[in-house]
Amino acid sequence: MLKVVNMHGKSAQPQPAMRQRFNADRGAIRIDRVEVAFGNGKERIMAVSETNLEIKPGEFVCILGPSGCGKSTLLNCIAGYVTPSRGRVLLDGEPVSGPGPDRGMVFQQYSLFPWKTVRENVAFGPRILGRGDPTPEAIADTFIEMVGLSRFAKRYPAELSGGMQQRVGIARALANYPRVLLMDEPFGALDSQTRHVMQESLLKIWSEFGITVVFVTHDIDEAIFLGDRVLVMSASPGQVIADIKVDLPRPRHADIAVDDSFIRLKRLCHEKIRDESTRAFEQQNK
Amino acid sequence: MVAKTAAVDTRSGDPLAPTGADEALAEAAPAEFDGDRRSPGLVLLSKAASTLRGKGTVITILRRTLAVALGIVLWHFAVANDFNFIVSFEHVSSPAEVYESLRTQLAGSKFFEHIAVSIQRIAIAYSIAAVLGIIIGLAMGRSRVAYDFILPYVEILRPIPAVAWIPLAILMWPTEESSIIYITFLGALFPVILNTIAGVQQTPEVLVRAAQSLGARRMQIFRHVVLPAALPSIATGLSVSMGVAWFSLLAGEIISGQYGIGYFTWTAYHLIKYADIIVGMLTIGLLGSVSTLAVQWATAPFLKWQSKSR
Repeated sequence: MLKVVNMHGKSAQPQPAMRQRFNADRGAIRIDRVEVAFGNGKERIMAVSETNLEIKPGEFVCILGPSGCGKSTLLNCIAGYVTPSRGRVLLDGEPVSGPGPDRGMVFQQYSLFPWKTVRENVAFGPRILGRGDPTPEAIADTFIEMVGLSRFAKRYPAELSGGMQQRVGIARALANYPRVLLMDEPFGALDSQTRHVMQESLLKIWSEFGITVVFVTHDIDEAIFLGDRVLVMSASPGQVIADIKVDLPRPRHADIAVDDSFIRLKRLCHEKIRDESTRAFEQQNK
Repeated sequence: MVAKTAAVDTRSGDPLAPTGADEALAEAAPAEFDGDRRSPGLVLLSKAASTLRGKGTVITILRRTLAVALGIVLWHFAVANDFNFIVSFEHVSSPAEVYESLRTQLAGSKFFEHIAVSIQRIAIAYSIAAVLGIIIGLAMGRSRVAYDFILPYVEILRPIPAVAWIPLAILMWPTEESSIIYITFLGALFPVILNTIAGVQQTPEVLVRAAQSLGARRMQIFRHVVLPAALPSIATGLSVSMGVAWFSLLAGEIISGQYGIGYFTWTAYHLIKYADIIVGMLTIGLLGSVSTLAVQWATAPFLKWQSKSR
C-alpha cells in the first residue's frame, strides 16, 4: 500500500476516498497544431507557433525556456485562459473550451483569496462544485494535512510565508481532484532552500496521486529534477525546439544534481537554449 | 498583493503619508475630486484613533492633548490681545465665552433638537447614497455598457458643489426638508460610486483566474472574488462619503430650513451671538468625526482579513 508522505516528511496513511478520486487513466493532453498570436495586422505577434504535443496520463512534463518564449501562453491554452488562434487542445479527447475544475492551476504569484482562511481557500473548489460527502471542509482538511499545514488552517494567507502559501495553493488545486495539475513557475518567487524542499514535496505528492503535471519553469535544474520529460522552448516565435527524456531514477533527492547523468542532461539543455538564444539575438540585430 | 487595495493604506502606517484612497480616486477620477471634496481631517482623525492602540499609547495621548491645549491657549491670547494682522480676532469669542455658551446650550433642549434634525437628515441621505452608490459602482465596474451610460452623468454632476444645487433643489422638491436631503444625498453619492468602481476594477486578475480554474461561474466569481476584493475600497468610499455628506448638509442648512446645526450656526451670526458660532462649528466637527468613525467601525468586520496583512 502506498503511503502519503506529507510535506514535513511525516508518513501518514492515505485516506482511501482521497486517492480513489484521482483516476490514473485520465489526464491525457493533446496539443493539436496549436498556434497563438496576439494583436492584428502589423502589431501581430506570434506568441506560440504551430505546436504539437502528446502528454500521457500521469506524466510529469516540464516546459523550460527563457522569459517571453511563450511557455506560459502554451500552459494557459491548456488551462483555457487563452484560446489558440489555430488548432486545439484536447483533454482526454475532449476539446478545451475554457478554464475548468478538471485542470487544477498553481500560479507563480500568490493567488490565494486573501479574505479567506487557509481552510476556506482549499474548500472553495469543492464548495463551488457542490460536493456534499465528504464535506468541502473535510476534503480541505485532508489536503491541508497532506501539505503539512493543519496548524494553520484558520490563518489568513497574509499570515503565511511564501512557501506555505504555495503549499496551500497546491492543496487548493488538488482538492477538486483535477485530471491534470498545471503549474506556472510556482516556486519562482521562493528562496532556493524553500524551493528545493517544495520540489521534493511536489514529487512525493505526484508519485502518490499519479496525476498528470505540466510544470513551466525557466530553471534548468528544476526542470530536470522534476520532469519525466523536458520540453525546451525558444522565443520569437515561441516553439518547442527539443523534447528531452529524463531517464533519472525515482524517487529523486536533491543530491541527484551532482550525478553525471544529471549534468549531462543539464549540458544538453544548455546547448539547446544557447544555440537558440544566439540565433534569436542575431535575428534581432539584423 | 493586498497592499494594492486602497483601504489598507488608509488604515495603517504613518497618518501623514498619502493614502491609497487618494490614488484610487485619482485613478477613477483624475479631475478635482479629492482636492475639494474629501475631508482629510476626518480621515486623519480616524487613523489617529487606530494608531492609539499598541505601545506608546500614553505618550501619544499626552502629546495630542498637549497640542489641543496649546491651540486653545493661543486662541485665548489672540482674543485677549485683540490680535489683528490680516485676520482679526476682534469679534471672535474667547475659549471661556464659548465654554459658557456651550453650557447654556446643553442646558436647554433646542440645541439638541438642531442636532437631532441634522443627524436624521444625514441618516436618510447617507443610507440612500451608500446603497445606490454601491449598486451603481458595481454595475459600472462590471459592465462596460453601464459604465459608458452612467459615466457622463457622474463626470458632469460630480464637480457641481452642493451650494450650486440649492436653487434648483428648492424648485424641484416639494418641501425644503426633501431638498436638503437631496443635496446631502448627492454629495455623498459620488465618493461611493467612484471608490466602488475603483475597487471592482482593481480585482487581481490572477484571483479571477484561480476561481475560474476551481469551477466558479460568473456570478460566483462576482460574489466570492470581485466583491470581497472591492470591499476595502468601498469602505474607504463610505467613510469619505460621510465627510462629504456633512459638508453638503451644512450648505443646505445654512441657506434654507429652520432647523439643523448648520442653521443654528448661521443664525448665531445674525443674532450676534458670536460664541454660538464656534459652538456650532465645533459641534459640526465632532458630529462629522464621530459619524465617520462609526462608518469605519461598521465596515471593519468585513475587512478583518486585512488587519492580518500589516
